[in-house]
Parts: sequence; structure tokens; C-alpha cells
Amino acid sequence: MKIVKIIAIILLVAFVGIQFIPTTRNQSDTVPSTDFMLVNNVPETIQKKLQVSCYDCHSNNTQYPWYNKIQPVAWFLEDHIKEGKAELNFNEWDSLSSRRKASKLRSIIKQIENGEMPLDSYTLIHSEATFTEAEAEELINFITQLKDSL
Amino acid sequence: MKNLKMSIAAMLLLAVSFTNAQEKEKMNHDHGDMKMDHSKMMNKNSDAKAEAILSDYFNLKDALVADDTKKAAQAGTKLVASLKAFDMGSYTKEQQKELADIIEDATEHAEHISESAIDHQREHFKTLSKDITDMVAITGTKSTLYEQFCPMYDKGSAWLSTSNEVRNPYYGSKMLKCGKVQKTIQ
Repeated sequence: MKIVKIIAIILLVAFVGIQFIPTTRNQSDTVPSTDFMLVNNVPETIQKKLQVSCYDCHSNNTQYPWYNKIQPVAWFLEDHIKEGKAELNFNEWDSLSSRRKASKLRSIIKQIENGEMPLDSYTLIHSEATFTEAEAEELINFITQLKDSL
Repeated sequence: MKNLKMSIAAMLLLAVSFTNAQEKEKMNHDHGDMKMDHSKMMNKNSDAKAEAILSDYFNLKDALVADDTKKAAQAGTKLVASLKAFDMGSYTKEQQKELADIIEDATEHAEHISESAIDHQREHFKTLSKDITDMVAITGTKSTLYEQFCPMYDKGSAWLSTSNEVRNPYYGSKMLKCGKVQKTIQ
């Protein structure tokens, strides 16, 4: 019995302890002039959808949930955001060459078509981020047009 | 007793933060390793480096023709290395700009190919093929290449081959001979 108690205390202390390990937060007040929405004529419905479904991990500004303050959740989110931004950062869209844009747009279409994005771990909590069939179609049409106009 | 508890707790804390730091470091190392290899290709002729890229590209294409995800992934990793080793020194400024763009794009696709399932590998292979075709237009090549085209895959997709016989990398055994030669590059 005593051992259980000791283990419980150890776990508790570890849990409290890791709360003090700092993480970088992905937040910014300004939207750079290279932002996807600013340089492209994006319909309002699609703007909203992108903001809700994509921008948390694919821009310089994340709308953090309250539990982000708790470790180890914060680590998990930090990693995902870092990876997401490395693949695609909507804020820096216009700094890409036409070739890179075409590549990214093609990937966006495929990811949405195959239902690979947004990630399940994201939609689990952000149910509003899920794409309905109609929303997916609208976005894919728009992105396809954009790609063909490059 | 209290002392003991405290010290155990402290040790555990240390251990947790330590493993985390170590894991991060390990991740960085893994990335570094992927980009090595290829020192054997290092000769002075910049063309040879373009040939090395082409050779890795063709190995990748053959792996996709054979429906071999694992081999395709390995070829993707090698391609990342040969793309990195490419030397643009002998090209004009304008060509360098174009080549840098091509290499950056191709590298991203090769990286994805090195870590994906076959459907994904094929998606990336399509854009990669466009990059490599554009690269060859600038660098040239010593061998005759055939640009082949399959009208069925993703609204029509092209790829390069060293043989004029069609072996379809987008469908593999499912539709091995679907496609035609649309251009000969010499």
C-alpha cells in the first residue's frame, strides 16, 4: 500500500514539475502582406473555413484552447504547429514562387480529397473544423481555379 | 521518510525533462543522417550531379512501376541527397534562380516520397516529374530520355523514362502499359 502511495506522489510531483518547462507559443498580432487571404480574392465562406480549419497550425497565429497551458498537451501542440507551419504557412503564401505555390495547392487539394486534413486529433476537439462534402467541394473548386490561374 | 520522497520526486523530474531533451536531439540527428551519402558522386563536372539526380529519379520510377513502396522510399531518400549535392555554379544567374526553385520543390516531394504509402508517393511523383523535366531542360543530359504520358492518372500525368517502352509508374501492375511517349528529349 505504501508503494502505491509513493508512486502516486511521484506522479503528482512530476506532473506539477513539467508544468514549469516552457514552450514557445505561436502568436502574432499582425498579418503579413504575404498572407493567402490578402493576395488572393478568396470568397468569404472559404476565408472563414480556412481560418477555422487550417490557420491554427498553418499560420503564425494559433487560437489556443485553454488546456494548452497544461503539459504535456502544450508539447504535443507545439510539435504539431511547428510541423504544420514547415509544410505550409498561409501567412507567408506570397513569398513562394509559382512552382512552389502550384505544388502546395496540389497538396491541399489531395489532402482535402483524401480527408487527411484537418487531422483527426484536431477535429476531435474542433468539430467545427471538419469539412462537409459541400464545403470540401467548394474549397477544392476554388483551389483548383487558383492553381490553373498561376 | 519525507526526505526520501522529496529526493525521489526531484530525480523523476530531472529524468522527465532529460528524456524530452534527448528525444528532441535524436530527432534532429535523424534528419541530418538522411542528407548524407553520395560523396562518391562528388566530381567537378556539374552535369554529373544532374545525372546523379536523374539516376535516383529513374530508380524511384522503377520502384513505383514495380509497386514497391519500400524501394521507392529508399530512392526518395537518395534523391533528397543528390538534389542537395547539386552544384549550380556553372549556370547563368537566371538559370540558377530557376534551378534553386526546382531543387527546393523537388526536395520537398522527394522527402514526402521517402516517408509515405504508395498512393501518396505517386501523387508526389507527378509534381516531382514536372520538376525533373524542367531541370533537364536547363541542365541537359547525356542520354536520350522519353517523356511519357498517362491520360488517366489525375487528369493526365507525365513522367520521364530512359526507354521508349511504356511502363506506368502511376498504376504499376494494375495498368502497366497505359500511356504513350509524347516527347523525346535528346
